[in-house]
Amino acid sequence: MSKMLSGNEAVARGAWEAGVAVASAYPGTPSTEILEEFAHYPNVYAEWAPNEKVAVDVAIGAAYAGRRAMAAMKHVGLNVAADAFMYASMTGMEAGLVIVSADDPAMHSSQNEQDNRTFARFARVPCLEPSDSQEAKDMTIAAFGLSERFDTPVMLRLTTRICHSQSAVELGERAAPETTEAKPFPRNPAKYVMVPGNAVKRHPLIEQRMKVIAEAAETFPYNRIEKGDRSLGILTAGVAYQYAKEVFPQASVLRLGMTWPLSEKMIRQFAASVERLIVIEELDPFIEEAVRLMGMPVEGKSIFPITGELDPRVVRESAVKAGLLPESAHVPLPGVEVGPLPARPPVLCPGCPHRPTFYVLNKLKVPVNGDIGCYTLGLAPPLSAIHTCGCMGAGIAVAHGAVKAGSPERHVAVIGDSTFFHTGIPALVNVAYNHSPVITVILDNRVTGMTGHQDNPGTGRTLQGEETVQIEIEPLVRALGIPHVKTVPALQVDEIEAALKAYIQLDEPSVLIVREPCALLPEGRKRWLPLQVFADKCNGCTLCFRIGCPAILKSDELDERYQRPKALIAAGLCTGCEVCAQVCPRQAITFRADVSAA
Amino acid sequence: MKDAINFLLAGVGGQGTILASDVLVNVGVAAGYQAKQAEVHGMSQRGGSVTSHVRWGRQVVYSPLVGAGEVDVLLAFEKAEALRALNQLRPGALALVNMAAIEPLTVTSGGQSYPTDETLRQAFARATPHVEYLDGEAIAESLGNVRVANVVLLGALSALLEREQHAGPELSAEAWLEVITERVPPRHVELNRQAFQAGRAALAKK
Repeated sequence: MSKMLSGNEAVARGAWEAGVAVASAYPGTPSTEILEEFAHYPNVYAEWAPNEKVAVDVAIGAAYAGRRAMAAMKHVGLNVAADAFMYASMTGMEAGLVIVSADDPAMHSSQNEQDNRTFARFARVPCLEPSDSQEAKDMTIAAFGLSERFDTPVMLRLTTRICHSQSAVELGERAAPETTEAKPFPRNPAKYVMVPGNAVKRHPLIEQRMKVIAEAAETFPYNRIEKGDRSLGILTAGVAYQYAKEVFPQASVLRLGMTWPLSEKMIRQFAASVERLIVIEELDPFIEEAVRLMGMPVEGKSIFPITGELDPRVVRESAVKAGLLPESAHVPLPGVEVGPLPARPPVLCPGCPHRPTFYVLNKLKVPVNGDIGCYTLGLAPPLSAIHTCGCMGAGIAVAHGAVKAGSPERHVAVIGDSTFFHTGIPALVNVAYNHSPVITVILDNRVTGMTGHQDNPGTGRTLQGEETVQIEIEPLVRALGIPHVKTVPALQVDEIEAALKAYIQLDEPSVLIVREPCALLPEGRKRWLPLQVFADKCNGCTLCFRIGCPAILKSDELDERYQRPKALIAAGLCTGCEVCAQVCPRQAITFRADVSAA
Repeated sequence: MKDAINFLLAGVGGQGTILASDVLVNVGVAAGYQAKQAEVHGMSQRGGSVTSHVRWGRQVVYSPLVGAGEVDVLLAFEKAEALRALNQLRPGALALVNMAAIEPLTVTSGGQSYPTDETLRQAFARATPHVEYLDGEAIAESLGNVRVANVVLLGALSALLEREQHAGPELSAEAWLEVITERVPPRHVELNRQAFQAGRAALAKK
């Protein structure tokens, strides 16, 4: 049976067909749907871990225990999990282990566009790159085979265009797992206890393993030569293969399904069979540099960009510019003048419980060290209240460092509930232990919001829908030794302002928990009630515009005295959070009680 | 009948462009094409611009992305996004523009301005003679639920593809409806059927 699947759905299917028993992940675009999908298959265990390092350790533990296991993450998640990834390469496992890295060229939803193939080379781990959904499924299965054959973790490297593109996939059945009964946990310290004395013996084995895998790469079925015109030979991998085929239908192509280690003999043969050798790959010159080290003349990044995504146009126009294609291959654009178009950046949604905190922080003019999540959007005007954001869990420690360096103001670190569980806790331990008057605001919207409402240790529910312990933030932060801990409702502007003003006066660590469920959660939606503007009371002062709510529009009606547009609330967008009503100095916006009474 | 069609869907997060592109790629498969679809999730869902690409081909379809300058059919859910997508059209492309305006925050509380209908129509007239305008939200509202505007637009698109002979009899209205029915909750099937047919009828009148 054939079905249209996204690459992520196909990886989940492949993992199930391969008999994977345990999978762990932390959500992150573009990888999130892999675990969401996998969790629905029968006879599997799937979980959201608090962070990617925990997820990889969990998968390693399952593979040590003799069951096939997988961890999935976005590219930057592997930075968090790097320690675990590195030792897994050293120890090998008792059953297959696949680490899925979903890279994000063009940074559609990420802070960088690192190319994680370098991580595979760094860790001495094979790297597979599918070119469509069918291969995403098939190569997931192949990855488990390689993992067990060579006693190594395998990286399955996807990119956004593989993860989030749909193409036809032939579905298969689940392979009977080699063992369904629990095996005794291995007692093999020489292999699994990486103290120096054991590790020095493992390292040469790992280097030898890579040589053996490189031999096997020569016959790996997803490394494939497609013979064409001899004048041009293209080395390519992943989604770039599709662009290469589209733009150079006549050329000879060597599509590498395994991009580490490289099948050197095959590449040499291919290079010898063509007049000019080029590499079409997204991001880093990973294949290109390896081929150059083999001593072959090759071109790549001198023709195609090193930054951003490729697509058929980028490949074609780069090739025309480099003289690989004639000028006639250039595809003209309409070039119609469309005038200035308004920018449409992503914004905090109407009713977002993060909005009042940023409104207050903007008003207090304090430096704010932010973190990764929906609330990063607090950086955008008119709220403009995030001044740093680098990676998950960074904000609290960055604030602490700035304070220790003598930064003269009170620093506020803002972090979401899920990010706090991810990597915020150790940074807050540091604030308590090394004592700095950092004000940590935990924006607790009761869900992992940015990636589309995944459960986390604070929600009381697991990925597979089981009820579980709901970790309470207040006793947790008190136990860390934070002397000042307070919880306020997230949609009460005055309460947030009073609490933050009090904390600014302190010379000790403090935590403010600002709590309200995400407005888009199903139970939140039930409470939506659009507010209205009393046009006779509004004088167009624009204060309500300064909360940056998409539901507040400029009316066509002008205030008689000042000739300023009055405010208008879009009934289709307003949730009735009342933040605008709270900031209006003329009581010109209804509260929910007024609307219900009317 | 065309051997290959490149679709670009452009709109704003929350307008139902992703469902529409999911329907479109599966309609292509049902009609015997090879088909691929590409979309971007993530930040774009927070009220940002959203685009999806769908490709149908009688021969093998390689890239899931359509390169700028190679769009055969534009389905624009919103006026400013229609203009943003305009310069990706191939000469003579079809365009179906939903006359919805969703003013971004940069307009409502910033200093930027929203394009006028005149700008929109003049710009499209310079790019292609095959452009149709439709008020999908008004039609959806007349059916009692503004949220089915995306299916109204799919109905209009199905009629436009027939009228312009991009598609033949293998793409019957029933084939579209079958794919749509599989993707909406059972209680909304009838409403979505009506929305699809209303979209077809609105295009037929043009």
